[in-house]
Amino acid sequence: MAEILVLVDYVDGEVKKVTLELLTLARRLGEAAAVWVGPGYENAKDKLAEYGAAKVYVAADEELTSYVVAPKVELLAQLVAEKSPGAVLVSATGEGKEIAGRLAVRTGSGVLTDVVDVTEGFVGEHSIFGGAIVSHAKVRQGTPIIAVRPNAIATEAAPGTPAEEQVSVALSDAAKAAKVVEKVVQEKGERPDLTEAAIVVSGGRGVGNAENFKIIEDLADSLGAAVGASRAATDAGWYPHQFQVGQTGKTVSPQLYVAVGISGAIQHRAGMQTSKTIVAINKDPEAPIFELVDFGLVGDLFQVAPQLTEEINKRK
Amino acid sequence: MNIVVCVKQVPDTESPRKLKSDDKTLDRGAADGVINELDEYAIEEALRIKEAHGGEVTVLTMGPEKATDSIRKALAMGADKAVHLVDDALVGSDALQTSYALQQVLGRTGFDVVVLGAESTDARTGMLPAMLAERLGVPQLTLANKVDIDGSSITVQRLTDYGYDKVEASLPAVVSVVEKTNEPRYPSFKGIMAAKKKPVETLGVADAGIDAAQVGLANAATEVVDFAEAPPRAQGQIVTDEGDGGVKVADFLASKKFV
Repeated sequence: MAEILVLVDYVDGEVKKVTLELLTLARRLGEAAAVWVGPGYENAKDKLAEYGAAKVYVAADEELTSYVVAPKVELLAQLVAEKSPGAVLVSATGEGKEIAGRLAVRTGSGVLTDVVDVTEGFVGEHSIFGGAIVSHAKVRQGTPIIAVRPNAIATEAAPGTPAEEQVSVALSDAAKAAKVVEKVVQEKGERPDLTEAAIVVSGGRGVGNAENFKIIEDLADSLGAAVGASRAATDAGWYPHQFQVGQTGKTVSPQLYVAVGISGAIQHRAGMQTSKTIVAINKDPEAPIFELVDFGLVGDLFQVAPQLTEEINKRK
Repeated sequence: MNIVVCVKQVPDTESPRKLKSDDKTLDRGAADGVINELDEYAIEEALRIKEAHGGEVTVLTMGPEKATDSIRKALAMGADKAVHLVDDALVGSDALQTSYALQQVLGRTGFDVVVLGAESTDARTGMLPAMLAERLGVPQLTLANKVDIDGSSITVQRLTDYGYDKVEASLPAVVSVVEKTNEPRYPSFKGIMAAKKKPVETLGVADAGIDAAQVGLANAATEVVDFAEAPPRAQGQIVTDEGDGGVKVADFLASKKFV
């Protein structure tokens, strides 16, 4: 069975949930082989073992994380040449997609991005045009390189003991051209990562101002959810831009999406339409968001949302 | 400073977007074409680089005949000239092939900095800037929300999951921008009039030194197998608040085991 390489995504030494999704997917397609880049593998190894990595390639050299994208590409290209994997899976984050793209150029391979599933023969499923169309695509040249949308695959643990192999790569000068001189970690608080959260609560134009976003945050906290915002809200400066859900922001696919004071323009829908369950609170009964919902409440968010928060807290 | 800004014409996201049933490519006739939204930020950034450091801004577009509308708008915003790569042989090219074609044109125009929007609203692959950096062998300064150039050195803030990375490199380089980078200007009346006289060079595949066997649908490294309209979501329950709306939502969430 061919190895399926999975590039491990981690923040602060902690393996991100999307990697566990990729390992789950990789086991369906072949033998899951994780690729760890940078220092800190020891703290992460249990997690990778728990989710069924049969093998882990450990490239511990810190230099590999000191430049933008290219070192990871050179490492993966070397592994593709040496190990002839069946496919390479990365997460469809901003950086993940860039890695996929460069690796495709480097290895002369076809690349599929932002897939929501992969089936036999490495056929990728896409949800495109804001979720309006489902398409399937395959790679017909080289090693399939596939970037998978976070939260699209349900994780399954499959504990084992992976074989470890230390690997290294001699970086080209070109790979060292864009140097990361400082990594700035912005305060995230206790809430889950937006693209990985099981529940997302988002606020839009109806929220009215920055101060009122407290209502959204309180509701999110009652559900253990991440907070998102529509473009109208981030453009107005009510909530930081990195929390924007939509066409030009983040794409989320949680189990539950709660849209509060969001009309549901295509710009927003493109970023949340593949959510499993959708709930909206909006005072305009004609708001397009109601076309998408499993449950919609027509009402004043300033009445409904605090009452909902209180009710959820009461029922815990 | 030789600044090239890559601009893609995409179907307006407000109009219905379709794939064609015969070759499964984007139906560019089905919707109005507009400049890809993030590319407007790229044009703005290119103009600001020119205003601060001098030089010339060239618009580079690969796309059908009617993409000239988008080129004119970019020129009206203040770009100096344009190169339009248009050829039937290019139809259906995927990102891998598009990056190759653009690389060939950039080899002709030369560049100190290539600026792109981070992602298009139609294909949304988000790969092209990185692919170009790989092909051109120059620094990749992508997902930038802040760009500073000082002589031949360039620094950007690259957005990451956890905040941002400060990245340094030397020109020439490929830069991609996000929507927080700047505020794109509107073309002025004077700009619109001036744009009509600005040079637009039209290139075919052969003119640009592109190997026709490496581009186009038939030679793509990926293939769309099938597509269908997503099944419509079942009509949900819509309730009007009568003072207990929050409780009703909580009941629904409880029925789905979220509470």
